[in-house]
Amino acid sequence: MNIRTMSEMSGAKALMYSLEKEGVDIVFGLPGGANLPIYDALVDAQFRHVLVRHEQSAAHMADGYARIKRKAGVCLATSGPGATNLITGIATAYADSSPLIAITGQVPLNMIGKDAFQETDIIGVANPCTKYAFQPRSATEIPEVVKKSFYIAESGRPGPVLIDIPKDVQQDVTEIQFPDLIKVRGYKPTVDPNLSNVGKAVELLVSSQRPIIMAGGGVILSGAFSELQAVAELIMAPVVTTFKGKGAFPENHPLAMGPIGMHGHAEANRIILEADCILAVGARFSDRSVGRFDEFGKGMNIIHLDIDPAEIGKNKSVDIAIVGDVKSALRTMVKMLSKVVTKKSSENPWLKRRKELIDYFSQNIKDYPKELTARKALKKLRELLPPESIVTTEVGQCQMWTSLHFDVISPGTFFSSTGLGTMGFGFPASIGAKAGRPNVHVVDIAGDGSFNMTENSLAVSVLENLPVIVFLLNNDMLGMVAQWQRTFYDRRYMGVHQKNCPDYVKIAEAYGANGLKAQSMGELEKAIKSALRTDVATVIDITIDPEEDVYPFVAPGTGLKDMITGA
Amino acid sequence: MSSKEYRNKPLYIISSLVENKPGVLFRITNLFRARSFNIESITVGITEKPDLSRMTITTRIDEAILDQLVKQLRKLIDIVEVEVLDVNNTVYRELALIKIRAKDFTNRNEIINFANVFRANILDIGKESVTVEVIGTPDKIDAFKNLIIQYEIVEMARTGVSALQRGE
Repeated sequence: MNIRTMSEMSGAKALMYSLEKEGVDIVFGLPGGANLPIYDALVDAQFRHVLVRHEQSAAHMADGYARIKRKAGVCLATSGPGATNLITGIATAYADSSPLIAITGQVPLNMIGKDAFQETDIIGVANPCTKYAFQPRSATEIPEVVKKSFYIAESGRPGPVLIDIPKDVQQDVTEIQFPDLIKVRGYKPTVDPNLSNVGKAVELLVSSQRPIIMAGGGVILSGAFSELQAVAELIMAPVVTTFKGKGAFPENHPLAMGPIGMHGHAEANRIILEADCILAVGARFSDRSVGRFDEFGKGMNIIHLDIDPAEIGKNKSVDIAIVGDVKSALRTMVKMLSKVVTKKSSENPWLKRRKELIDYFSQNIKDYPKELTARKALKKLRELLPPESIVTTEVGQCQMWTSLHFDVISPGTFFSSTGLGTMGFGFPASIGAKAGRPNVHVVDIAGDGSFNMTENSLAVSVLENLPVIVFLLNNDMLGMVAQWQRTFYDRRYMGVHQKNCPDYVKIAEAYGANGLKAQSMGELEKAIKSALRTDVATVIDITIDPEEDVYPFVAPGTGLKDMITGA
Repeated sequence: MSSKEYRNKPLYIISSLVENKPGVLFRITNLFRARSFNIESITVGITEKPDLSRMTITTRIDEAILDQLVKQLRKLIDIVEVEVLDVNNTVYRELALIKIRAKDFTNRNEIINFANVFRANILDIGKESVTVEVIGTPDKIDAFKNLIIQYEIVEMARTGVSALQRGE
């Protein structure tokens, strides 16, 4: 074991060195009493600190950064309320398997358990929504804890790790060693897939008449875009995605069908019912994607590829299971398929059926009868936005309209809180993504309800020169809740009206950002073009009708076959 | 689920080697709670390696769910090894301390006779009670308990199952 011994230093300083050794170039955080030594050490750190206005946004920013960089993002908070404010962001990252390192201050060791000021048992609180939570009890433990945290967060199925550091541990000055190698004996993620199972999957796929690929978030997490495309083209299978998997496959590709699920594309929800073999890649058969577990995939062969063995058989029993890294397994699959597949014609009946379904639904699902609708606005955004731009969303109707009407062309450029469904995620996440990839446009597709939750991140976007576009589909409603109250509660509205408060143009201007109002398609086009030209954060406040619903819709507790198209 | 439905489910013994440090028991029991699995009994003790503890958990669940439970346990970073023991190839024991009401000489003698048949030890005799130590499989302890219940059980403490696979 190669160990570099440093001279004496404080725990906080050791934390900075450890983060630098992991290649950290930016952290998002907010100081307080219990992490003051960390903030003092930050003055001399070699990486950037971004001051947030609320810790939840620090976690979302680090998450957005992590998703675009495909490496851990780091956020900082103080003890007690600072730490608990991070929790929503940590739980969001956990639900979406995003690598996140959350570093919290804690009261000094001798005060732990004394109900001290700003003391929270954050290890206990964070347990169900982290891969692991550490509490180093001496400064000498910090380098090893940081190294283990990054390893656990980034490897296998990624996820958040919390490091809770008591204030005296940050302050203690002692001789500290920095290990280059660490071992976590209870943690052995499977990376290489079982070759014989891959072989069986290939045989099954080749002999199927109507194969379909269901791509999930695992494809994006492992960056297996070209491999997925190669497999799809070799077996000429239509590709649907889960909502988390949106953007795993270019949505303008001739085999693309878009997302399935509660608000999936009608043609995608329909074609998957007609397949005879499903290759599920890095997907977990969530209720939102597949509807009823017992109905989904009935009478079909299911091949399930995932890095997490616990996902195999959790919601759906499968015929062939492959545990391993998606990229490495798909690469093996491409090699095996290339040997057995002779060039398949794109004129087969299965692909004809694909075309038929797309044509049918494009003619039979009507747009909402207004000049400016969410659907038209999103199509216009797609038309004007360069394909390599990054898009995040908030949660609710704005998110589901994006699923339906905004095609992601460049793989791995779309991020949303798909698992936890966290309103307020999209805006700070877009700022984090901008920090990770500053040279492309970043757009948060928002609703008025969600934007309210983290709109104070405008200060960060403006002051830290991380300009993003907030594409605010404003129906003056908590629209998805209103849609459910219309559909399932006989239009008995409760708690959904925003009453035109606040004025989003003024809010933007108050923070030094641009605020533009769009009440017609003409104004919208002008606003998008103007936002793309400036290098300041821009909020485009788009007035849409409060009665515009999201269709198609698979009601909760029903199967994909019960989809309501709204036609 | 009614308690009768629950009692009818098969009993499994899960044996695991875990890191011997604070918070590990919490992480494991919290996983059971979060995924709605019930713990029937749990025992924890140090092993021949001081940095590892053996945790033996018994639970009643359907076989289909057992696989999911084991996989979720395996994901816990503090768990180094976990396996479901094959009851037919496992030695397992539980210890119970039972304080039994014994009003008179006759009662006491009867209880002592029962204890002898079960190879149980008398640990204490008071004016109106006898405290017995029974060691065996949970079934044996249940059988003894059902036998002496006629005298009224004042208090009972059971350790839960400890188990090891047979052979090397």
